[in-house]
Amino acid sequence: MLLDVSKIEASYGASQALFGVDLAVAEGEAVALMGRNGMGKTTTIRAICNLNPPRAGSVRLAGTDLKGKPSHRVAKLGIGLVPEGRRCFPNLTVHENLVAAARPGAWTLDRVNVLFPRLAERHAQMARSLSGGEQQMLAIGRALMTNPRLLILDEATEGLAPVIRQAIWAAIRKLKAEGLSILVVDKTLSELLPVADRCVILENGRSVWQGPPAALTADLQDRYLGV
Amino acid sequence: MTLALALEQLLNGLQLGVMLFLMAAGLTLIFGVMGLINLAHGSLYMVGAFACAAVASATGSFWIGLIASFACAAAAGAIVELLVIRRLYDRDHLDQVLATFALILIFSEGTRWLFGSFPLYLDIPRLLQGAVALPGGAQYPVYRLAIIAAGALVALGLYLLIGKTRLGMRIRAGESDREMIGALGVDIRTLYTVVFALGAALAGFAGAMVGALQSVQVGMGEPVLILAFVVIVIGGIGSIKGALLGALLVGVVDTMGRFLLPQVLALFVPPSQAGLIGGAAASMLIYVMMALILAVKPRGLFAAAHA
Repeated sequence: MLLDVSKIEASYGASQALFGVDLAVAEGEAVALMGRNGMGKTTTIRAICNLNPPRAGSVRLAGTDLKGKPSHRVAKLGIGLVPEGRRCFPNLTVHENLVAAARPGAWTLDRVNVLFPRLAERHAQMARSLSGGEQQMLAIGRALMTNPRLLILDEATEGLAPVIRQAIWAAIRKLKAEGLSILVVDKTLSELLPVADRCVILENGRSVWQGPPAALTADLQDRYLGV
Repeated sequence: MTLALALEQLLNGLQLGVMLFLMAAGLTLIFGVMGLINLAHGSLYMVGAFACAAVASATGSFWIGLIASFACAAAAGAIVELLVIRRLYDRDHLDQVLATFALILIFSEGTRWLFGSFPLYLDIPRLLQGAVALPGGAQYPVYRLAIIAAGALVALGLYLLIGKTRLGMRIRAGESDREMIGALGVDIRTLYTVVFALGAALAGFAGAMVGALQSVQVGMGEPVLILAFVVIVIGGIGSIKGALLGALLVGVVDTMGRFLLPQVLALFVPPSQAGLIGGAAASMLIYVMMALILAVKPRGLFAAAHA
């Protein structure tokens, strides 16, 4: 397994948010992390990246225990984060956002510009002046430039217009086809399920169901994901 | 009042401004990037001056002293960051003020212990001795012109460093979202140490250069520190551009105020009183200017867009 998350628990201050999450991502696999709002998806991702280190359980990346490693080491070990809310650096240009934290590897500026031609057009613009969709492309491009082994996408299409969503999903499919391992959180099942090899559902900070998208019946969807 | 005298004072103002910029650049970077108020920045200025004076008198070369000032202040900055400052980033400003004030006392007593209470003197290097003629006939010391030039070079270098290099990009990225730059694999703690040492080196460099104009003594940094704080408040905290403009404004307004105010007042009151009142009013001038600027632009001339 590339990523192996076992029984992690995590808290925000005094309130516990995760009570035992198990999930795994194999090399080249795309795993969908699902659940209603507030069930712990983003907390799980923050725990994996050690932005909010888990206080119990273990996270392993390609066999290496991430316990106690600062988030920059986790990133260097091969996790590329596209965070909720995009979090591009608003005071840097598009080009600077891409190269500031880049690490050498297969992904280069040229390849990112081919994946997202829009970023090439806007390379000298400040990130704060980009549209939401362009910022999302930038956040993905920025993570790819660190040449991760595992790309984590947290709500990568939230609040975007349908055309832009399609462009983002097309890019994600392309990345998957190239063999990149992906952990993805998204609310739109119709777009998420075709991309995913496996689904993990969280409820109240616990992983409660795992399986292939085909096994995610209408009943299960209604029980765990419906509003 | 002659044109030559006015020009000389203007250059003095510029020279003061450039010195203040070297101090303020580090202070504003450290505040902008790490959110830290560093009262001990004046101590690093003093460290630079003492390092230069001590090394110059031991080796006989001002230039080696100048390099030593840079190196010692940067090293002192890095050590202080690793031992003390690093623990202060997540604490509130009051804790930072307390801890860095303690650092001032430690640095001052430490320096007194090493070098004694008597001031050291630093000679202007031979290359920069002498004066050049200004238009209008007055003579102006080459050394002060060299300080202005050095400051301009540092400003250019900083502009390129912050604006064009990957280190600069990371510094700016850290300013806007330090957690995110860490999550992308940049070791923010090392970055902070580098920024702090850089700021310290600039302060030490300023101290060394001023050391040849004034005496090198314990406590020399604090008056400059206060002016440097005025500069970064005027310029907008976190902005290097603001620090440059603010420093030149403060330097020129302060110098020209001390020069012109007594003369203007002499038109209305007897000369002896004019000197007294003018001098007192001139020392308030930069604070009045700060109040006026903040009334119009509460966050300074070049306030950063975030925070």
